[in-house]
Amino acid sequence: MHSDQDRAPLWLRLLAYGGIGFLFLPIAVIIIYAFNAESAGYSFPPKGFTLSWFGAAFARNDVLQAIGLSLQLAALATVLAVLLGTLAAAAMYRRDFFGKNAITMMLILPIALPGIITGIALLSAFRLADIPSGFWTIAIGHATFCVVVIYNNVIARFRRMSYSLVEASQDLGADMFQTFRYVVLPQIATALLAGGMLAFALSFDEIIVTTFTAGNEVTLPIWMLNQLTRPRDVPITNVVAMTVMLITALPILGAYYLTRGTEDIAGSGK
Amino acid sequence: MSIAVQFQQVSRHYDSVRAVDDISLDIAEGEFFSMLGPSGSGKTTSLRLIAGFEQPSSGSLRIFGQEAAGLPPNLRAVNTVFQDYALFPHMNVLDNVAYGLMLKGVTKSERHRRAEEMLEMVKLGQYGSRRPSALSGGQRQRVALARALILQPRVLLLDEPLGALDLKLREQMQTELKTLQRQLGITFVFVTHDQGEAMSMSDRVAVFNKGRIEQVAAPQVLYNQPATAFVADFVGAANVFDGELASTLVGHAQSFAVRPERIRPAGQLADDDVVRVPGKLLDIQYLGAVSRYEVEVSGHKVVSMVLPNENGNATAPAEIGAALTLAWPSHAMLPLAG
Repeated sequence: MHSDQDRAPLWLRLLAYGGIGFLFLPIAVIIIYAFNAESAGYSFPPKGFTLSWFGAAFARNDVLQAIGLSLQLAALATVLAVLLGTLAAAAMYRRDFFGKNAITMMLILPIALPGIITGIALLSAFRLADIPSGFWTIAIGHATFCVVVIYNNVIARFRRMSYSLVEASQDLGADMFQTFRYVVLPQIATALLAGGMLAFALSFDEIIVTTFTAGNEVTLPIWMLNQLTRPRDVPITNVVAMTVMLITALPILGAYYLTRGTEDIAGSGK
Repeated sequence: MSIAVQFQQVSRHYDSVRAVDDISLDIAEGEFFSMLGPSGSGKTTSLRLIAGFEQPSSGSLRIFGQEAAGLPPNLRAVNTVFQDYALFPHMNVLDNVAYGLMLKGVTKSERHRRAEEMLEMVKLGQYGSRRPSALSGGQRQRVALARALILQPRVLLLDEPLGALDLKLREQMQTELKTLQRQLGITFVFVTHDQGEAMSMSDRVAVFNKGRIEQVAAPQVLYNQPATAFVADFVGAANVFDGELASTLVGHAQSFAVRPERIRPAGQLADDDVVRVPGKLLDIQYLGAVSRYEVEVSGHKVVSMVLPNENGNATAPAEIGAALTLAWPSHAMLPLAG
């Protein structure tokens, strides 16, 4: 039974709602002013409701190109991360070898390292190797921190999976690939999907590492950063920001529901 | 009768641990063979060597005459029932059973028909569309059995398959497994730590201890002629008398064992060829059909004596704390090697 005594005291509740407001009010402002009829920016209250900024934003080539580039990058980084992360998890699970802890550390490090360090490191490495900055360098940069998301999800699933399933499959005549295809993959599928969605979202709105590796390419976050210097485009920036929010929030929500109650979504804190 | 599985001086070492230490063993075709021992004795590792999940560190392992070392599990004509059943949770029962046939490329309708037949055989005919998670422990066990048998292996390996079941179900499954083995006529290699289970089902039993085999024999021989103190103690109950105590009690230093049910109060046995030992009654345990009497002899050794209870009524031969002389026929002494 819930009585009044079970409830948190008033000051605590106010504080909690205040915290939520502090986090989400700026986001709400962006969404509200994306529909504002006035073009000059943030006058209060909003002057009226319009959808015209959506039309204006999506008629602009630079916006579309930036969105397109970011989607391609996120997709490529996710594919790389799924391949490498799954392989790494399969190699590390159930094996003990010299240097295993060091390798685990190295896999997890990119998500803990400040992006600026990853960015500088990658930039120097690419310079040294004489690789011109561009699409592929951004994708590789993003993959460094996406791998760990997949790795953590998949290895957590591996640990919960009884290894005798793999042995049973072999025992019944399956070779390694058949065992992976018919037994292992179905077991880790939701972990891959959840990890992949997170990786996609991480890559899609990444800006720091991107700045160092992008060269002349303009991804969506970089485009938005550039917009700050152009106050007249504020409503268009708001529209694009809202789009970015939707594109990144939906996969994260999806990942949450897919793995709810089964495991932690590692790396969701970045 | 030919040899199904042959171990020749097989060892399996993990770094310094000798999980299986130089064992030699022949398992005959069509035999119900048990590997019995406490945990860590090497019995499960031996089974996994046959299945191919482990490779011998040294020695030769042959399956129907063919050298098996280096052969992966999927190329061996043996199948395994796992301790945790290892049913694939994302497939229904029918697809679990049909899995081996699917890998062989048998068409869907054919493999489903044969899987249905296997399920009928283990009395789970109407459960094909269920998920393994919707079955009880005993039912999962039967599915695991059907899945392993559908490939018609010449040797079926069972890794403590009854360990997770409750007592009644375990006894029922023992009977069913034994019947199934007789019907199919294939070799069963059964790993267990339960000596009662091994004794009641097996044609022959290998008793494992610390990676080595102490004795391989039929259950009756194990019971009546245990080779070592370990076997005497592990298979059935036994009072083991080591060399020192033996020389005090009977005048020679050969270690021996006496089964509790062979011991009687001195008054109940005729005089000829009987060993008498004075002692003191410590405790009486009423067990229904029999009672167990704990008697201290020679100042420190506690000996168990089991007497039948006439009509379920225990009649104690002495009061607790009183003197009681025990006796056993000298042919009831089982000489022990180690």
